[in-house]
Amino acid sequence: MVGDPLLPSPHLRRRRRVERVVRRGLALTASISVVVTVAIALSLLRPAIDFFREIPIGEFFTGTEWSPLFSPSQRQFGVWPLLTGTLLVMGIAILVAVPFGLGAAVYLSQYASPRVRGIIKPVLEILAGIPTVVLGFFALYFVNPEIVQRFWPVGRVGTFSALAAGLVIGIAILPTMASLAEDAMTAVPVSLRDGAIALGATRREVSTKVIFPAALSGIVAAIVLALSRAIGETTIALMAAGSNPRFTADPGQGVQTMASFIGFAGIGDQPTGSTGYKTIFAVGTLLFLITFFLNMLSVRIVRRFREAYE
Amino acid sequence: MRKQRWVTFVVALTALAIVAAACGGDDGGASDLSGTIKIDGSSTVTPLVALAAEDFQAENSGVKVTVGTSGTGGGFEKFCNGETDFSMASRPIKDVEVAACQAKSIEPLELIVANDGLSVVVNPQNTWAKCLTVEQLKKIWEPGSKVTNWNQVDPSFPNQELTLFGAGSDSGTFDYFTDEINGEEGATRTDYNPSEDDNVTVTGVAGDLGALGYFGLSYLLENATKIRGVEIDGGGGCVAAGTDTVQAGTYKPLGRPLFIYTKTDAAKRPEVKAFAQYYFDNQNAITEEALFVPLTDEQVAEAQAELDKIAAV
Repeated sequence: MVGDPLLPSPHLRRRRRVERVVRRGLALTASISVVVTVAIALSLLRPAIDFFREIPIGEFFTGTEWSPLFSPSQRQFGVWPLLTGTLLVMGIAILVAVPFGLGAAVYLSQYASPRVRGIIKPVLEILAGIPTVVLGFFALYFVNPEIVQRFWPVGRVGTFSALAAGLVIGIAILPTMASLAEDAMTAVPVSLRDGAIALGATRREVSTKVIFPAALSGIVAAIVLALSRAIGETTIALMAAGSNPRFTADPGQGVQTMASFIGFAGIGDQPTGSTGYKTIFAVGTLLFLITFFLNMLSVRIVRRFREAYE
Repeated sequence: MRKQRWVTFVVALTALAIVAAACGGDDGGASDLSGTIKIDGSSTVTPLVALAAEDFQAENSGVKVTVGTSGTGGGFEKFCNGETDFSMASRPIKDVEVAACQAKSIEPLELIVANDGLSVVVNPQNTWAKCLTVEQLKKIWEPGSKVTNWNQVDPSFPNQELTLFGAGSDSGTFDYFTDEINGEEGATRTDYNPSEDDNVTVTGVAGDLGALGYFGLSYLLENATKIRGVEIDGGGGCVAAGTDTVQAGTYKPLGRPLFIYTKTDAAKRPEVKAFAQYYFDNQNAITEEALFVPLTDEQVAEAQAELDKIAAV
């Protein structure tokens, strides 16, 4: 009876049970990220909805003055200064991270000898591991006084500037950008590269005409991820861009970003339930929506530009 | 800044209370005092009283001290209603408040607890702003002010862009400055770099030739090489900010005494009197730690005389 091959193994039920437990356990771990995301959205949403009961949504999205933490007769709830401040800092960061990140990626994947690669890669990883608070100090005490204040051609630069914050945020996201783009480029089938070289293409031609188009979806995804990180970066903006929400496009001025406003307001003590407290959630929701939208966009772009070779 | 410290104190206070309760109170304090001391009033004075309360409770485990922050006016309301033993005040009691107290047959007794001073600071390389009048400061800081250049403050000042740094709206410094300069607590222009951490203001002013900022006097004294204090003309000529001018009462209007008020009935209770005595015995350390200007010997003697008077009643 034991040896009858047509009957189920005596351990089958137990093995099935184990299988079921493992499957459920793994499903649980996978669902946690979904649960947490939904929970964050919900926890942001309730105070944000309360906020818009008090402050007209039109005032929030059309106003160009932002001073929500002052006394009721003085406060203004126009979010534009925070939006332009965020865009300004993000724009500068992207101008640093994209060209340098892509350049590094092309060099590492196409040109660098294994020895050089063995040096540059770990250094990039070290850069990625520097805490943002250290980079914030670097922006405030080195980049701004030694570089921005000295070389910025238009007008006078104060202690805090969007430029210093943007440059250093660019440095902070550079390793992510470089390493994701490099992954995308190395993932291009070797046969394509070898074929192009066999046809007499130079390395530059291989990079720009073969590798780059083939890796485009991965590169775009890397750029969008870097954008999201630049928008959400709090500590560096809080330390180096100041706390005055100016409605300006001048990188030499100090600005406040959405993330640094949240950090700033969180440091002071806003009584729970006050308008100032709800403002934090309203700005948080807006930030969440913007990054959410960017991530959706990146998913669509990746789908659209993917080139399948198999 | 001050308010933040105060939050820390309250946390520490609560922790202490828990520890004291856990110890059962049989070995903590050496004294046999017991009871509850209720204090309320100005948030500016709170750090001082909270510090004293923390140490006092550690030494007298039978005594519980509660410190509320209803503001000077709110504190007097409770005090004159007989709800509190001490009322913290950042200004002397008003006549109407005395009348309200007397209506409930409460005789308020004034004790000076510290001197408070705010400093207005500029970059050390600023050669023009030696002295500013209260009117000039108001012109710069009043709500809706469009002053963005030093030459708008005074035609003799150079064409130099003005960058402003100041206290965030949660701090006692903010309330005091806006009240004295702009005539109303909380009234201010809002397009400046506010900060709850006064060290940010130090950094901001130190790195910008056109900067102007304000904060508690202790930050000027600690950072005298990075920033420069501006003399203030409150109508009686220019006076430099300093421990001496604040104590002497000549640094106006940004220097002021701070008070706590008590009443005869309460001050007769041994734990209440012991607490007041504890404060004046340790005022130097307390005022220093809470970043205020200490009392002069005369001020302490005056307060002591007031206290002794009650003991004699």
